[in-house]
Amino acid sequence: MTDAAIANPAPAAAKASAVPPGTAETWSTRLKEKLAESGPRIGWTLVSVGLFAGIWELLWAVGLADPKLLPPPHVFLGAFADQAKFFNTATRWSIGLNPADGPTPRQALLITVGATMGRVFSGLLIASVLAVAVGVLIRYFHLFEKLTLPTITLLSPVSPIAWLPVAIFIFGIGNAPAIFMVVIALFFHMVLGTVAQIDGVNRNLINVARTMGATKRQIYLRVIVPAILPGLLMVLRLNMFGAWMVVLIAETTGVGYGLGQVIMLARNTFNPSLVFFCIALIGFLGFASDWVLRMIQKRILYWVPETTGVLRGL
Amino acid sequence: MASETPTPYSSKDSVVCRNVSKVWAAGTRRAHEALRDIDLDISPGEFVVFLGPSGCGKSTLLYLIAGLEPATAGEIWSFRDRVETPSPERSLIFQETSLFPWLNVWQNVTFGHAIRGVPEAERKAIAADALQRVGLAEAINKRPDELSGGMRQRVAVARALSMRPKVLLMDEPFAALDVQTRQKMQDFLLDVWRDSGASVLFVTHSIDEAVALSDRIVVFTARPGRIKTIVTNTLPRPRNLFSRESEALRIHLTDLLRDEVDRAFAEQEGLVPAA
Ligand SMILES: Nc1ncnc2c1ncn2[C@@H]1O[C@H](COP(=O)(O)OP(=O)(O)OP(=O)(O)O)[C@@H](O)[C@H]1O
Ligand SMILES: [Mg+2]
Repeated sequence: MTDAAIANPAPAAAKASAVPPGTAETWSTRLKEKLAESGPRIGWTLVSVGLFAGIWELLWAVGLADPKLLPPPHVFLGAFADQAKFFNTATRWSIGLNPADGPTPRQALLITVGATMGRVFSGLLIASVLAVAVGVLIRYFHLFEKLTLPTITLLSPVSPIAWLPVAIFIFGIGNAPAIFMVVIALFFHMVLGTVAQIDGVNRNLINVARTMGATKRQIYLRVIVPAILPGLLMVLRLNMFGAWMVVLIAETTGVGYGLGQVIMLARNTFNPSLVFFCIALIGFLGFASDWVLRMIQKRILYWVPETTGVLRGL
Repeated sequence: MASETPTPYSSKDSVVCRNVSKVWAAGTRRAHEALRDIDLDISPGEFVVFLGPSGCGKSTLLYLIAGLEPATAGEIWSFRDRVETPSPERSLIFQETSLFPWLNVWQNVTFGHAIRGVPEAERKAIAADALQRVGLAEAINKRPDELSGGMRQRVAVARALSMRPKVLLMDEPFAALDVQTRQKMQDFLLDVWRDSGASVLFVTHSIDEAVALSDRIVVFTARPGRIKTIVTNTLPRPRNLFSRESEALRIHLTDLLRDEVDRAFAEQEGLVPAA
């Protein structure tokens, strides 16, 4: 190591401490820290996906994967400029527009993705708020449990497909039926999940609150709700994937426009490239939404210790 | 019903148990008798230690007195009232750690005040005082998972004391502590006990601890727990634990317990069906 390299850290540290917190300097160091922390994870994600894509490309190169049926990634991603025009289905609902006046293919892609994501997240939000409220009420009021829980259990195995006609009967076409589909597909499971979480709360914690004279209401608000929060967020993350699956079903059957509609178009026009392009897109969006939820989870659940470190040490 | 008669038992007594029995999961196939015919009178300001083999129902009895579980038979009274529900007058320190993981230390200590709407500044002062007494003033802003097992138990002690209970129920509170810390905590507990005038019901497996703390020692039989005998500890306070009298008491208690522990093991072996 040279002298300069040894001498360097000291002035740098002096400089950093001279800068008041919250300035660009500390932000950039914080960003660097974040990158150093999540860099390896991002790297491994790329390696994992790359490995998968590589095998596919290899199969194509040796002639095992027919590019007309299973176009490898470089084909379906490379054809993006060509494919983007199919996303014009996004403008279908605005009949009477001159196609030239409509959004450009890139804008259309964004509109399609935005519409689908909007449905996923509004459905998820409505379903979780309703399910947590109903789940807590079920345990809070015995009569409410007796009145609702059997029906909820009865309806939870019903496939979302079966709800599709109902969605169309009630809501017709547009965002509402697609969101309804997401809500109905998640709601019953999430209620049962919430009830199970409540039943799993450590009895001692509840008993501590009882000995201190807490009322039933206070026990629910101050003990049970925080105690089930980690489990609920996990349920939310798992159901987010479920929401992505359901929204596609809702969209493919002509309930609205969006990614599902594009896949339907690809199927009808026999365009495997477009199908795989959509699959890749959905995969990426799902991955990104999971990451966002994970960040939220970390923020809210400051008290939950990280266990992955322990597991990795095994 | 006895609850129609206002006070059949001395209203001065801080805890009265009359023919108390407890069967867990009564009426089911998993019914399990934990306590049988417990009769016990505890005066205000008395320090009573429960000794008995593991699984004999000591924790169960504390639960019943705390009002967390109903007795299957018999009655429990505390001062003028029949014990039917929990009350802040009777604080229980649980055998397992029971801090709220989402609250930091001072919020845990003053949970009981928070639900009564005591303002935050006042609560912080209460917590600082209580934590000072258990030697954890530094930890006031820490989270439970940043503390050691013994520290968590001391926070639980601070939490129970901050409620100023008239009856303090303690289920092996110092079992996780090293000998020196345990000694300090015992001294501290004796101070608090004298200042507060509360009755203390204290479960321990340590005969040394029983001798050091108690006015009376209740020795339980193996399950179903009955009171085998109640030993009065007349050693003068502050106690000299190396005196001949305390040694004699220790030997006496050890003998009493040995029979019961042997019986408890014999019973458990009997439970295992022969292969
Ligand atoms: N919630 C419960 N449900 C059913 N059975 C229980 C329950 N709690 C305790 N028991 C049973 O009651 C008996 C007495 O248990 P308890 O916890 O009171 O024993 P203990 O004297 O405190 O033992 P230790 O010294 O090991 O803490 C045991 O046989 C136990 O299996
Ligand atoms: Mg016990």
